[in-house]
Amino acid sequence: MNVPAQLKYVDTHEWLRAEADGTITVGITDHAQEALGDLVFVELPAVGRKLAVGEACAIVESVKAASDVYAPIAGEVVAVNEAVPAAPESLNTKPYEAWLFRVRPADPKALDGLLDAAAYEKLIG
Amino acid sequence: MQKRTPLNEVHRAAGARMVDFGGYDMPVHYGSQIDEHHAVRRDAGMFDVSHMRVVDIAGRGARDFLRFALANNVDKLTVPGKALYSCLLRDDGGVLDDLLVYFLREDLFRLVVNAGTADKDVAWLRALAVTRAPQLTLTARDDLAMIAVQGPQARAKLWQALPGTEAASAALKPFNGVDADSPLGTIFIARTGYTGEDGFEIVLPAEKAVAAWEALRAAGVRPAGLGARDTLRLEAGLDLYGQDMDETVSPFAAGLGWTVDLASPRDFVGKAALVEDPRAVGFVGLILTDTGGVLRAHQKVVTAHGEGETTSGSFSPTLGKSIALARVPAEVAAGDTVTVLIRDKPLAARVVKPPFVRHGKVLVT
Repeated sequence: MNVPAQLKYVDTHEWLRAEADGTITVGITDHAQEALGDLVFVELPAVGRKLAVGEACAIVESVKAASDVYAPIAGEVVAVNEAVPAAPESLNTKPYEAWLFRVRPADPKALDGLLDAAAYEKLIG
Repeated sequence: MQKRTPLNEVHRAAGARMVDFGGYDMPVHYGSQIDEHHAVRRDAGMFDVSHMRVVDIAGRGARDFLRFALANNVDKLTVPGKALYSCLLRDDGGVLDDLLVYFLREDLFRLVVNAGTADKDVAWLRALAVTRAPQLTLTARDDLAMIAVQGPQARAKLWQALPGTEAASAALKPFNGVDADSPLGTIFIARTGYTGEDGFEIVLPAEKAVAAWEALRAAGVRPAGLGARDTLRLEAGLDLYGQDMDETVSPFAAGLGWTVDLASPRDFVGKAALVEDPRAVGFVGLILTDTGGVLRAHQKVVTAHGEGETTSGSFSPTLGKSIALARVPAEVAAGDTVTVLIRDKPLAARVVKPPFVRHGKVLVT
């Protein structure tokens, strides 16, 4: 299972990456895509939407089933990756490139305290 | 305790993702469900269907008994090896199970029933036999395994994998089976399946299943899981027991009216109820024409003639669109546009007559 060391993680299987401009990029993990199976539909939140922690804010549907993607941190959606709904299978083939949305965090220290790669690996172990 | 087929270790060794199905620990896919689906449509794939139960009905009067027990008429089976698809009904016309019945000899008929319903079916048939045909013996054949080899290249690859089987099975017509000599001993080969493609289903002693599977694999048949099996049968417009119909549903409300023989004068379990069935419900295919989600079971369908519900739905790898089977008012016709509620969002879908796909060809627009 691929768990890149430089990313942060939450137990609902989203990954997070801090960008230079202070925003945070969010996607789903390799473990998540593997569990979901072949992905065929993705719905992303609207740009400008304010997210609370744990709020269902995107939908990914595989051939098998529909699943919610939860906001791992609070903040405002500032960008979404339109390439993913156009090619949902990219979540299966490159889950750490096929990011879903970018958030300007309400709390600049939002990533502190989230799981690092080692802790996430242990969780899915 | 979950039951395991003789191929369980082989699936696990191949890295299959396993799920519970009908009480059995079964492979849902070996990596990509969509790739496995395409392999069956374009080349050859195989499914472990050993979770399904073979039930042999032996003795004098087996045909008479089944003429009464099944909704389809076993008198259609005139040649040994011939198979018939039928529903097993309750007295009120509800579907206890759907099954294949093979005529092997006048004193030996073979049923192939679903995994989750097998125990119930056997108990039901035994109770029926006590009063109508106590001389019959019903045997659930736990000593047998079953492998479905499906796809345009399935037959050729099976003949390659199990040399010597071609002579007996080359001339088999659809829905016929035959005993064939193979390197693994005598195996039963039937030209049947659940995918809408050509192919064989083979029945063999459980202890030969791994050798057969390995030989088929070596001949280039791709292992496929229950995930692909579900999207293939959905594209083929074939019902799944427990999802598209169950004991509360009449065969007419599940698109299975064609399997019910009301033409002959014979009596059968459920007949009286079906004669009275108002046929108010139709069973159709849907293709999602809007984007916004994937059709799934139990979504509300709004039509010009009233409401209905999807019974099965998924993404069709062959069409590249979402499709469903749905129970709707009888007036709903192919070509109509209906609305399906997905997460409360109204999305347009077109009504079609199943099957969606057969023999690799898309049949709907």
